[in-house]
Order: sequence, then C-alpha cells, then structure tokens
Amino acid sequence: MAEQYVAAVDQGTNSSRCILFDRRGRLVSVAQREHRQLFPRPGWVEHDAEEIWRNVARVVPAAIRQIGAAPSQVVAIGITNQRETSLLWDRRTGRPIGHAVVWQDTRTDRLVTELAGDDGADRFADLCGLPLTTYFSAPRIKWMLDHTPGLRQRAERGEILFGTMESWLIWNFTGGANGGLHATDVTNASRTMLMNIETLEWDDRLLEAFDVPRAILPEIRPSSGVFATATEVLPGVRIGAALGDQQAALFGQTCFSAGEAKCTYGTGSFLLLHTGQEIVRSKHGMLTTVAYQIGDQPASYALEGSMAVTGSLVQWFRDGLGMIHTAAEIETLARTVEDNGGAYIVPAFSGLFAPHWRSEARGVIAGLTGYITKGHLARAVLEATGFQTLEVVDAMNADSGIALTALKVDGGMTANNLLMQFLADLLDVRVVRPMVTETVSLGAAYAAGLAVGYWPDLEGLRSNWHRAGQWMPHMDPARRATEYANWQAAVQRTFNWIRTEDQEL
Amino acid sequence: MPGTVQSIERAAAVLRLLAAAPDGLGVADLGNALGLAKTTVHGILRTLHQVGFVEQDRSGAHYHLSDAFGRLGESYLDPNELRSRAINWADSLASRSGEVVRVGRLVEGKVEVVHHVFRPDDSDQDLDVGTTLPPHATALGKAVLAYDTSARPRTLEAYTTRTITDPVKLGEELATVRSRGWATEFEEHTVELGSIAAPIRGLGGLVVGAVGLTGRIERICDSRLRHRADLVTMVRATADAIARDLRDDT
Repeated sequence: MAEQYVAAVDQGTNSSRCILFDRRGRLVSVAQREHRQLFPRPGWVEHDAEEIWRNVARVVPAAIRQIGAAPSQVVAIGITNQRETSLLWDRRTGRPIGHAVVWQDTRTDRLVTELAGDDGADRFADLCGLPLTTYFSAPRIKWMLDHTPGLRQRAERGEILFGTMESWLIWNFTGGANGGLHATDVTNASRTMLMNIETLEWDDRLLEAFDVPRAILPEIRPSSGVFATATEVLPGVRIGAALGDQQAALFGQTCFSAGEAKCTYGTGSFLLLHTGQEIVRSKHGMLTTVAYQIGDQPASYALEGSMAVTGSLVQWFRDGLGMIHTAAEIETLARTVEDNGGAYIVPAFSGLFAPHWRSEARGVIAGLTGYITKGHLARAVLEATGFQTLEVVDAMNADSGIALTALKVDGGMTANNLLMQFLADLLDVRVVRPMVTETVSLGAAYAAGLAVGYWPDLEGLRSNWHRAGQWMPHMDPARRATEYANWQAAVQRTFNWIRTEDQEL
Repeated sequence: MPGTVQSIERAAAVLRLLAAAPDGLGVADLGNALGLAKTTVHGILRTLHQVGFVEQDRSGAHYHLSDAFGRLGESYLDPNELRSRAINWADSLASRSGEVVRVGRLVEGKVEVVHHVFRPDDSDQDLDVGTTLPPHATALGKAVLAYDTSARPRTLEAYTTRTITDPVKLGEELATVRSRGWATEFEEHTVELGSIAAPIRGLGGLVVGAVGLTGRIERICDSRLRHRADLVTMVRATADAIARDLRDDT
C-alpha cells in the first residue's frame, strides 16, 4: 500500500505553506508562497485574502508533487493560521469585503481606549480571558462594520460572513459560495474577544459590547474533529483540524499535560503554558486562552505570554537598516563582538505586549555610546528576544506558582545558536529544541491525523517527540542580574511616548 | 577548438562598467553602453544579482557591484545561512536514520561543524556546533575535500589505525568520492563509529559544505561491513534537498 500522509496548511503572517508529514511525524515535503504585506497608512497592516487562497491552492498540490505522491495518499488536512487577523466576505459571491486586517494593525487604537472607558482594559477579561488591545479581532470587526457604508445593515441581514484565516480557508476548501462551510475552532474563537472562555460559545454580552451581529459569526467547533470533506484543491480529503498557530505549536511540541510549556520564535514569539482543564486568570499580564479541544472531550486551556516583535526586529535590522543581507547573517555579525557593549534595543514598535501591555510605548535604543558598533547592535537585536522571554517567564512563574525548569523552543529563530545559548544563560534553564522545528504545522497535522484515526492517541504522538538540540546555562548570576536590570531600565524609557494629544490627530 | 561563451563576455562587460561607476548604473545605461537590448541586460543583471556579484539600490533603479564581489576568495555562503537552510532537512535525516547528523564546511583546512542534530534517542548529548573535525579522517571532511583541491591538509594525522595517512591513498579515496558523489568513514576518526556524507552544492554547482550521519558501525554498515545503501540514499537526498533550498532564493 502506498505511504499515507497528513497535509498541514499553515496560513502565516508572511506566507502560506503546505507541509506533508508521515506516520512517524517526520517532515516529508514543504511548499511555500509569500503574500504581500499591505501598509495603506502608518500603523495599518492588511492582507489580500484572495491572494492568500490562491497561494494555498498552489502550495498544497506543489507539496504533494514534490515527493511524487498522489492526492489520494493524503488522509487529512490540518489547518493552522495567523491568529486574530480578521476578514469579512460576501456570503453570496464569496468575495472579500476589502482586505483582511492583520493582527499587527493598530487602527483600532482609539476605539479600544473608548471601549475600555473608566473600567479599564480588563473590562471583558472575566468573560473572554483577554485584555482590550488592538491585537484581538472584536474591535477590528466593529471598525470594519462602522467604516464601510451600508455594511452593518447587510451584516444584520445575514449577507456578510466574518472569519479569521482558518474560517476563510475552510469555507474555500468546501466550495466557497457554493455551499462552503462557515466554521471556526475554539482556539481561534478564543482570540476574538467574542467567545465566552467557559461556555466556549459566542457571548451575547460581548457581541453587544462590540456591536457585532451574531449572523456574521462562524460555528465554533472543536480543534480536532472532522469539519467537512474538501471539494476544492484536494477533493474528497477530510479537513480534520483547525488551530491557531501558537496553539498548534503547543500541540506539535506534545505539551498535552498541565505544566508543560513551549515558546515559538517567529515574527513575534509566544510562550504557552498548558494549564489543563483549569482556567487560570493571570495577575501578571498573561492571556487566558484555549489550548485545544479534541472532539467532544473537555477543552484544555493555556496561559500565553505574547511578544509582538522578535523575529521582525531581525527583519527590520535587515530591511530597514540594511545592516545584513539575510536574517541568518545577524549571528555572524553578532559574533564579531563579545557582548552588547552596553546597548539595549527595546522593540516597542507598536507598543509592548506581555507582560506590560502598553500601547503608548515606542521603541528605544538605550545605552548608546561612541563605542557601539553594528556588531553590538546585532547582539542587542538578538538579546531583545531573550529579555522579552525572561519577562514573560517571570510573569508566568508568578501566575502559576511553579518555576519553569526547561524551555521547549521551536520556530525559525531556533536556528540561531547565539540566541538559544543566550536564552539558556538568561533564563538559567535548559533550552531544548525538538527534532521537528516546524511544530506549528506538525501540531495541525497531529490534530487532523487524530481526528481521522491516522494516529490513535496522544501517547502515540508523544513517542514521536525527540530532542534534537539542547543548550545549557553558563552565565554568571551577577552578570545575569545586571543585564536584566539594564534591560528593565531601558523598558521604562519606552513608556508614555505616544501622548493622548498625538492620538487625537 | 571550443568557442567562447557570449553571455559570459557580456556579463564581464557589465561588471567592468559597474566597477567604473561608483553611483551605479541603470538597465538603460548599460544597454546603451553595450548596444544590447534591455531584456538582455536585465537577464544578465538578474543572474549576477542571484550569484551575489551585483546589488540593487533601494529604489531598484540602479545596480552596483556588491562588497562580496571584491572578496571572491572568501566563502560566499554565510555559515548561519547554511544552518538555517539545512535545519529542516537535517532534522528529517536524523529522524529517519536514527543517527547523529552534522552539517559542516571547510574553514582553513578543517571541517567546521555548522549544525548538529542529536541522535533521536533522548540520551544525553552535547551540541558541538562551532567545533572542528579533521577533514581526512571524516566522511563529512572527505565530502568537501574532494571538491576543493586547494585545501588538502599537509600532514595527515592518525586518529585510529584506520585513518588514511598516505596522501596518495587519500587522493584515490577523494577520486572515489567524486565519482560516486558521496563519502564514507569506517573507524577512521573514532573506533566503532562509521559515517556517510554527501556534498551540498550551491549555485553553479559550487560545493558549500556537506551533510552526513554518524553512528555505530553495526548500524551504519550491513553484515558485510559495507555502508548501508538505504542510508546512502537518505544522505544524498538530504544534501539535494538542502541544495534545492539554497538555489531557490538566495
């Protein structure tokens, strides 16, 4: 019998990819296409959803072709996606209404401040587990409905559909305007601010607060479970899972028990700690989010520490400053010097995420002297990711009451040995990289494979996990303390940069 | 007598003009200067850009020689770039073979370990990225040495009784590597260990490094002590996959 595979479709911020995995959870082939980042105004970030669907429709067959397989050898599709990016489309024509508004977009700045009012940013945290920021979908939906003439009325009449990217892909895989399924999963829904974190259903109080008509919302399904059978691209293949990218990475790292954590290093970086079936409310700026739900089993929850700018700081160093030609070269440049020379870069490009959640903060380079070379700045760029992780780990430890003993890492930046060693040094714990760095896709594949019986159970998946690399802490504790104090002083200098009068402009 | 290659002559002329223009030149400038159609010049520039000899300014309108062009003797591929291109495929090789995987490149006559993937048995292992290996005594080394005649080590130190210490024998061994496209090691560096490695070819066929696996002889070799054909196939496919990744969009 021909080998069978699971296809993971990872619809990310910069590209859409399809990766095929075999039964042992090994990566067999990869196809990828980048899409355009649209910046119509300062602070606005958009994607063309039709371009994204075209890319997905190309990378899936390309990945299958690469290994000379037949589409019939794919037993399931698992979808994972950039979270919170929001799209409205026309139910009848299947065409998007404008562009998708991306998670980094800060156009809802003022709206978010208004909504917070006197109650503050945590006004809805009891219901949805999230603070009010520009990061999540609900303010964006309200903005879109308010800024397109006639759209709200059409939405109320049921002519308009809302979705994050997994909903858009499921809809298109299942025929689009011709009978497409309009569905999301609990993890993606948990990032909208519209789902009740306990009942896992759309909450009328939240819908009312954000002025979002129920008619536009997709049906909420478990993350792992057959959504439907595809009619487009891979006709006849079942869509077995959908999860937000960070939850997928947690699943791919086989963090199936309370207390297990991972950090994924990409454009932004996200540390998720599995808290079992318990909803843990953070007092230190962590988000409460759904980790996954398998079929009709109870959902698992997670605490999340989100860092907005990590890999994208390296991209800025490459494209904005032109200091390097490729992202990987930053390590070469950073190794031309012994340390950061006293320079610290706090990349609060659109405010600071966890644990600070300061939208008015903006970035600084602190400690500049004539001694600083581009090598020192390269170090400071990489170290910024390390320090941000330490802040999140500190907050997580305080919330959970358990100190982290090892950090499981994944994502593109784990190829950077200097950063991984710095992380081990700074956190004073072992940093462990698994055999498959592409854990986002692997997690989507695992969840889809489980749904169709390709893999029997979670224990079977656990046995696929292997350590591929490990970094041990070596830093002198006194130096660690000084470095962290310097970083915290630099962070203080980013606060209150955007004054209210600027926001009114 | 073989003729000359017209496109290389034209590329050389483009490089001469760019070298003489500190502010860079546009496609039309070059076309006018050389009497060539814009599409021809554009194709030459795109190729020169892909191999890293020319760069575009921010607006994309002007081309100039790259810094790398002035340092042709140096390695053109950043080792950290090589690691980030290799990481997925090296993981996959370790996972399929069950053995340790390394990616290496030649630096000053030694093999520098650029990437290291643990044997997937969750035993205690230490990362050895950045350490060096003797090229004549390792499969990884032979896989790069075979394609770099300037880098033959002068003294061939013995690590085991099986290490090749005779330059003539090493020459023959490297000729074998070239003819079949992969290299082996049989207790030549460490007793009881064997290894299989294949060269990674970047743009234009240039060998930029090698990828290989290492493990106990009884796992790497068959009952007749020959390197297992299935592992050789895996190693070569891995080298090809990394090479494909490198050529795609550098």
